[in-house]
Amino acid sequence: MSENDNNQKEVLFSPKNKKLLTNPLGKDNPINVQVLGICSVLAITVQLRTSIVMAISVVAVMGLANVIISLLRKTIPPRIRIIVQLTVIASLVILVDQVLKAFVYDVSRQLSVFVGLIITNCIIMGRLEAFALQNKPWPSFLDGIGNAAGYAWVLLAVGFFRELLGSGTLMGYNVIPGFMYEMGYEDNGFMILPPMALITVGIIIWVHRYKDRDLIDIS
Amino acid sequence: MEELVSIFVRSIFIDNMVFAYFLGMCSYLAVSRTVGTSIGLGAAVIFVLGITVPINYLLENFILAKGALSWLSPRFAEADLSFLTFIMFIAIIAAMVQLVEMIIEKFSPTLYSSLGIFLPLIAVNCAILGGSLFMQERNYANIAEATAFGLGSGVGWFLAIVGIAAIREKIRYSNVPAPLRGLGITFIITGLMGIAFMSFMGIEL
Repeated sequence: MSENDNNQKEVLFSPKNKKLLTNPLGKDNPINVQVLGICSVLAITVQLRTSIVMAISVVAVMGLANVIISLLRKTIPPRIRIIVQLTVIASLVILVDQVLKAFVYDVSRQLSVFVGLIITNCIIMGRLEAFALQNKPWPSFLDGIGNAAGYAWVLLAVGFFRELLGSGTLMGYNVIPGFMYEMGYEDNGFMILPPMALITVGIIIWVHRYKDRDLIDIS
Repeated sequence: MEELVSIFVRSIFIDNMVFAYFLGMCSYLAVSRTVGTSIGLGAAVIFVLGITVPINYLLENFILAKGALSWLSPRFAEADLSFLTFIMFIAIIAAMVQLVEMIIEKFSPTLYSSLGIFLPLIAVNCAILGGSLFMQERNYANIAEATAFGLGSGVGWFLAIVGIAAIREKIRYSNVPAPLRGLGITFIITGLMGIAFMSFMGIEL
């Protein structure tokens, strides 16, 4: 969005802004298409619960970081912008980490180093560089939330399938009915192991690109 | 000594950064198109991990951990700065990457030009920050162990990226389903390589 729009009175959810929010969910998805921030998607998706906590943390950090950088965009000297961005992100992540430790201690233990690794999650840096440095706070906020949501849905999808197929539970509750086990159904312990996260994401990408043919890699 | 070798081998094969913890996946996926560039990036990662992990170990044990400041004065015995961990670690990493870049540029211009843009990119490679955070979580006994862990993790990452690059160069000649081409198949191959690496699990050293 250019600075010319300043004088026009803009509706909060103009079509342009809505696009910022919805594009990253589908054809601009940070994980399936831009290949950013993969690490955490894979490592913490054994259970749905940790995935949800992680998704919320990333949404919070990303929305706020985009707004802060966008507010500061005219005062940050370009040469040191990376270190400024890292400082802003790291401070927000420290906040998130302390909140998680205070309210959901067990989940925070399971996430272990991956809360800290939100700092180096390339989606956040990427969006700050590509969007927040040039745009006003409100569109930046929407862009941040949109991208984080695009990240979140993949995270939740992977977490959902891995917990359902791997341990037969969702959020810790049994969902596979008992008679299924009596008929010989068994949980696929393989889904809990790390490599299956990669294969699950691979399959999600496959389905996504099958539905949206424009995304197919022709090279 | 035996302990050091054990930590080194463990961090290469069993606790492999890529296959067991998925760290540094972004650059792993982005830079693994050809073997040549992936060797360059892998070497740079070994180098930076080997430097930053011991430095962050010192930082952790002499400044950040609870009671670590007591060497300065007994008054600080209760001080606990561990909430500053993330920001200090990332600052050290960014500074070190910058420093390493300058040193290499000065002393070995050929290596510098072959690493190119990968050096600055390493600052945001999560394998580096992850290495420091795992070092903190696992409470290594002394700086030699921390260094062995750092170098071992780097070598593990190097092996992973060179391996996937070699496979990707070959798979160009195969008939992969169109929607799976590129990213999708790379994910699945990495998963299969991860399964292969799991066979190292349970080895006692």
